[in-house]
Amino acid sequence: MNADYAGLFQALRPEAYLVIGALVVLIVDMIWARHRPANRHHVALALGLISLLMAGYAAATSGASGAIYDGMFQLDPLSVATRTGVILLAALALALLPDAARLRHPAEFTAILLFATTGFTLMAAANNLLVAFLALELASLSLYVLAGFDKASPESAEAGLKYFLFGGMAAAFLLFGFSLLYGLTGTLRLDLIGQQLAQQGPTPLLIVALVMVLVGFGFKAAAAPFHLWAPDVYQGAPAPAAALIASASKLAGLVLFTRLLWPGLGSAVGTIAHLPVTVGWAPVVALISGASLLLGNIGALAQSNVRRLLAYSAISHAGALLLGVIAAGRTGVGPLFYYAATYGLTTVGAFGVIGALESAGRVQQLTDLAGLHKRSPLLAGCLAVFVLSLAGIPPLAGFFGKFAVFASVLQLGGLAGPAGWLVICAIALSAVALYYYLLILKQALVAAPADNAAPVRVSLSATIALLIAAGLIVALGLWPSAVLELF
Amino acid sequence: MNLPLLSLLIFTPWAGALLLFVLRRGLSAGLARALPVVFSASTLILGSLALGRFDPAVTGMQLSENQPWITALNVHYHLGLDGLSLLLVLLTGVISPLALFASTRSVRNPAIHGALFLLLQGSALGVFLALDFFPWFVFWELSLVPAFFLIKLWGGPGATRAAYQFVIYTIGGSAFLLLGFAALYAAAGTFDFTELAALTHSGALAGKLGGGFWPQAAFLGVLLGLAVKVPLFPFHAWLPPAYAEAPTGTSMFLTGVMSKMGAYGFLRILWPIFPAPLHAAAGPLLWLALGGVVFSAFAAMKQTDLKRMVAYSSINHLSYCLLALFAVAASGPANPAATTAALSGTILQLFNHGLSAAALFFCIGVLESRASGLRRLGDFGGVRRAAPVFAGLCGISLFSSLGLPGLNGFVGEFLIFRGVFGLAPWTAAVATLGLLATALFLLTFWQRVFHGPAAGAGVNFRDLDAGDLIALVPLIALMFALGIFPQLLTGLINPLITAWAATLP
Amino acid sequence: MNALPCTIYVSFTGALLALAIGSRSAMAARVVALLTALTAWGITLSAASRFVPAAGLQELVNAPWIPDFGIRYHLAADGISLTLLVLTGLAATAGVLFSWNITERTGEFFALYLALIGGVYGVFLSADAFVLFVFYEIAIVPKYFLIAKWGSTNREYGAMKLVLYSFAGSALVLAGLLWAYAAGHATGFSFPELVAATGRLDLTQQTGILALVFLGFATLAGMFPLHTWAPTGHVAAPTAASMLLAGVVMKLGAYGCLRVAMPLSPAAFAVLQPYIAWLAIIGIIYAGLVALVQDDFKFVIGYSSVSHMGFVLLGLAAANSIAVSGAVLQMFSHGVIAGLLFAVVGRMVYERTHTRELAALRALPLHRLLPFAAVVFVLAGLASMGLPGFSGFPAELTILIGAWQTNPLWALAAATGVLIAAAFTLRVIAVAFFGNAGRAGPLGPPDFEDSAARPAVAPYPPITWPEKAGALLLLGATIYLGLSPDTLLNWIRPALQSPAFHAILSGGAP
Repeated sequence: MNADYAGLFQALRPEAYLVIGALVVLIVDMIWARHRPANRHHVALALGLISLLMAGYAAATSGASGAIYDGMFQLDPLSVATRTGVILLAALALALLPDAARLRHPAEFTAILLFATTGFTLMAAANNLLVAFLALELASLSLYVLAGFDKASPESAEAGLKYFLFGGMAAAFLLFGFSLLYGLTGTLRLDLIGQQLAQQGPTPLLIVALVMVLVGFGFKAAAAPFHLWAPDVYQGAPAPAAALIASASKLAGLVLFTRLLWPGLGSAVGTIAHLPVTVGWAPVVALISGASLLLGNIGALAQSNVRRLLAYSAISHAGALLLGVIAAGRTGVGPLFYYAATYGLTTVGAFGVIGALESAGRVQQLTDLAGLHKRSPLLAGCLAVFVLSLAGIPPLAGFFGKFAVFASVLQLGGLAGPAGWLVICAIALSAVALYYYLLILKQALVAAPADNAAPVRVSLSATIALLIAAGLIVALGLWPSAVLELF
Repeated sequence: MNLPLLSLLIFTPWAGALLLFVLRRGLSAGLARALPVVFSASTLILGSLALGRFDPAVTGMQLSENQPWITALNVHYHLGLDGLSLLLVLLTGVISPLALFASTRSVRNPAIHGALFLLLQGSALGVFLALDFFPWFVFWELSLVPAFFLIKLWGGPGATRAAYQFVIYTIGGSAFLLLGFAALYAAAGTFDFTELAALTHSGALAGKLGGGFWPQAAFLGVLLGLAVKVPLFPFHAWLPPAYAEAPTGTSMFLTGVMSKMGAYGFLRILWPIFPAPLHAAAGPLLWLALGGVVFSAFAAMKQTDLKRMVAYSSINHLSYCLLALFAVAASGPANPAATTAALSGTILQLFNHGLSAAALFFCIGVLESRASGLRRLGDFGGVRRAAPVFAGLCGISLFSSLGLPGLNGFVGEFLIFRGVFGLAPWTAAVATLGLLATALFLLTFWQRVFHGPAAGAGVNFRDLDAGDLIALVPLIALMFALGIFPQLLTGLINPLITAWAATLP
Repeated sequence: MNALPCTIYVSFTGALLALAIGSRSAMAARVVALLTALTAWGITLSAASRFVPAAGLQELVNAPWIPDFGIRYHLAADGISLTLLVLTGLAATAGVLFSWNITERTGEFFALYLALIGGVYGVFLSADAFVLFVFYEIAIVPKYFLIAKWGSTNREYGAMKLVLYSFAGSALVLAGLLWAYAAGHATGFSFPELVAATGRLDLTQQTGILALVFLGFATLAGMFPLHTWAPTGHVAAPTAASMLLAGVVMKLGAYGCLRVAMPLSPAAFAVLQPYIAWLAIIGIIYAGLVALVQDDFKFVIGYSSVSHMGFVLLGLAAANSIAVSGAVLQMFSHGVIAGLLFAVVGRMVYERTHTRELAALRALPLHRLLPFAAVVFVLAGLASMGLPGFSGFPAELTILIGAWQTNPLWALAAATGVLIAAAFTLRVIAVAFFGNAGRAGPLGPPDFEDSAARPAVAPYPPITWPEKAGALLLLGATIYLGLSPDTLLNWIRPALQSPAFHAILSGGAP
């Protein structure tokens, strides 16, 4: 093993900045800021953002240098883009912190968020089963904590616990699957696993491994039928945590998943583009995807709680994203990344608006949003952008994401097989989805505010974050090539 | 001088309508009543001018105006005049001012009433003069709108329903008429009546319409549209209520002028453009016309409402025209003398019926206004004693309608019967039944209302005043004049009829 | 011509301006909206005055947009686009005039309104299916808020139904276009490229694609049985939105059918043609019959819109150049007439009487209380009945001619629709405006302006100048077109000669 430590350090500068940033936040808080409660949030926020900015800059400029450190990491355009993306999303989520006034330990929150981001960036670049698992667990464990961070709220505790239990079980499945893969191929490197499996052909053991891996990722991605934790977690977690769980975590997870399935298990993909279907992971993913689309959209119809509604919407989007995973190996990861990244932006934005509103009172039910256009035109406008993007209305990014993913899936074989049918199904369900998205907007833009509604005062950082997210959604929707050309 | 006489004929009343509508608030009461009549009389003056320039020997279209209108659809603004049109224009010129005068004295809101009436008059003239389907149909349909409002707003208690029924029936027919012309245009690419007739004559149209059922369908569409308007039995259900509910002046115009539009359409459109299908269908149609003659006469006998009675008699009289027309179409050029007689009779009957029916409606209007709205047969009695002048003039109108020799009605009916006896004897025989029934109900009218002891509203009946006389006397005078000198009219149409008879299929 | 894309930009800019300025002054927002609408309309008119029909499709903008999918920002216009652009300008301007009395959240109202208009302009100018689709969806969403916030009866239901139907329709379109693009290995979304891609597939697939795209667009055009959104949506919408919905937005659907769907595959179109035609005919007749028995004034107009759009669809289905030119003419004509009808019902009458129940209106002597509204409605109603002299007549006539050329039975069935239209229109004219007129006895006719005879009903506020201006604008347009349909037909017919339409349009003017 010829280790290139210089290259490794060069490549992992973002992670270094993040970890250092986390430590600095904790130390500064412990030594200085905890005695100045008025500024405690702001100090943590500022330090966290600085470290995220440095990491983001480093990630964006790191360059796609290929496999490094004996293939432990893969620095291709996808990992560059993903690392930059998750850091940006984490920064946006962190910017919501000042409005989450009930969180009593902002420094710890910031530090854990930075650790989680470290996990995400590592997931984005991992090319080794072990690294991948460690990165995933780093991120997951951090997220469990973040979800339960609001100690004053029983829902938050419930969210943390539920997330932990489901996540832990998923990790077990995943680890079992990974161990089987290692046993089959004798290597942890994804590209080598791919080569080995291509020579071996499908074996029963491989099938078992595949199922384990898919179940594990199903839990992590909140895809049906492994989605049960998502509504409770989205409902209970503090807004910045929920934003992070819904956005950066999903982006990093999907990229890792894609990397595992395509370079790693690409030979066992099977076909669903044409009939007859041949066995592999693609049919299973397609099943999960279809179930998620159906369950997510139909479940969302029944929700009166805005956070649970967003959770079901997330499930349905996971279904669409999984379709993108199926197509990614054939038609490129551009559409998938674009979709996942812009979806992250919209959920960060949506939870951002909820978080900002929570400074003025609880936001759970849809009716809590009533009259938002009066209480805060800015928030209402941003929410309109986010929700319409989620609904897939052009020219917002959400539309083009779906468009690109569906187009790439159809390019596999048109409507000749289940893949194409799933796309038609997804397109049809997007019309259903518009219904519940409009329910949100109806409250926010049409309904009159409740009599006792307090005025909303949004912090500067959250305002900027929301404007950045909304601006990016519009801009990327108008110029999707800015992202697609990265690949 | 290139005065567009025909356009002036049509648009002078319309200009008057516009003027009245614009000035409706500024006009003094007198002017609001006088202006419509003045504008309406323009038709008589301009019609006389046209008569002066008209050459009866020429059988084609005269005083034509032909301008491209919608190039994309090959639509032309094409007006023209032959003897038939001229007669009907003159009839309009006579009836309209009198009808307007008759009602304008009593209606409220005379400016709007006058505007609508002038609109109606201009549209009717347009129908008689247009030679391209598009403008023709514009006038045909536009005439319904003022008629609808005249009936609905100024009519009797059942006016809404009557007006509605009237327009729906007519538009229903028109929809199929429109369809027929859509088919013609789809085949021939032109809407021009003369061009279409020429294409038919040369046999080109039949080829273009293609085979199968659809050429017949086009014919049936046009037939239906015209048949509703005339009306041909059994499409007449709209007519009695419409005539009965309309205010006097409007009834006069409806029966005097508008009822001629349908028959005119038969002569101008159906006959020249669809000779063969008409010939084929003439047998059944003849039965329908016969049904109209007999049925409406008997229906009239059963009426107690005088207006409805005269309305049914209108159907009866127009059915004679159709009878003659279908008899000619059915038998072809077999008997030229009978053919010319039938055709001349038809046209004369159109004109004469206009005069006598308008006069009758006027008389009923007089009865109605003197009896505060009563107009049932049993409401009157012995009117002659109280109002001898009225009784005399009304009697003349009744006898004109009945076809008494020496009055105008006789010539037309005589010629029709002569023609039909020559062409389809058995129908003529049956039709005399109708003639008998007509005599019966008209005489009943005469007897119950004017004779006997003064009863009901006949007691203290006020005789005609000067205004009434102005309206009625010209009509009566014309009845006598045309009864004694029918050649006044026949001179205008004889060459035309000879030419038509020569071109029969 | 080259200024035409500015209609889009002007509208969107106007929307932002109205939003910005509206919170301070409602009047300023109105003026901004009016100026924006007028400017855009002026642009279309000046382009129309310099338009050379024979030049065919005229390129306006063509720049790469999303090269990864071969998508270009491609705008172009021909006579058909121009017809509908002018209509949009006209309807938008009139709509602003009829919304002059909006006082609640005026700025936002006009912002949404102008955004919708901008989207509509965009659709009519697009020469790339993707661009068209984007503008199409931009035009859909504002409708929800316009109706849900400023609408009347059952507004939230109506708004949701309308938007969901529209969106479901557009989903079908998207599915079809993607299918053609992916399965046919297209390199982009330009219309010719999609046509070529569709042509590479077998007939079954072609038919599937065409059915999806056509059905999707036809949903917005109100094709039976997907029309049910239209009456409820129209009734729920505020006046200006109903005007735009019926006047312009339904045309988006029909335009999409013509521009995008039909050329995709002549062979598949031949398969679907009879089904489309019969659905169109059922729509004409069914909606007409339903309109005949409505108790709500606005529902009558709503269903009449569906019935009239049936004629458009029938014209398209007949697929010959005369029928299609009639269909485009009918789009314009119906846009103007429906706008006018909704303006009278929604603005002039409802906002004064606060009822649309025909039974209640019958008791009011509306022709005396609102003579202007009565006259306008009578004229608009006549136009809507297809009476000659108004724009509806040449349109329906050309459609009938064209339909006859393709299948006489269609023309026959559609002709009954003409009759039904007359029936329901006359019914509402008579009941709503002249309900208690002519009751006074045989010679006691009505009296329109005799103030002494007015009943003891509190007089309604007089018709304001924006209402009069808007009504005259639209009336003028329908009469002008009724007398001179050449103006538009001479734009439309050369456009139908272009290669894109040539393959599907059989026959033509004989």
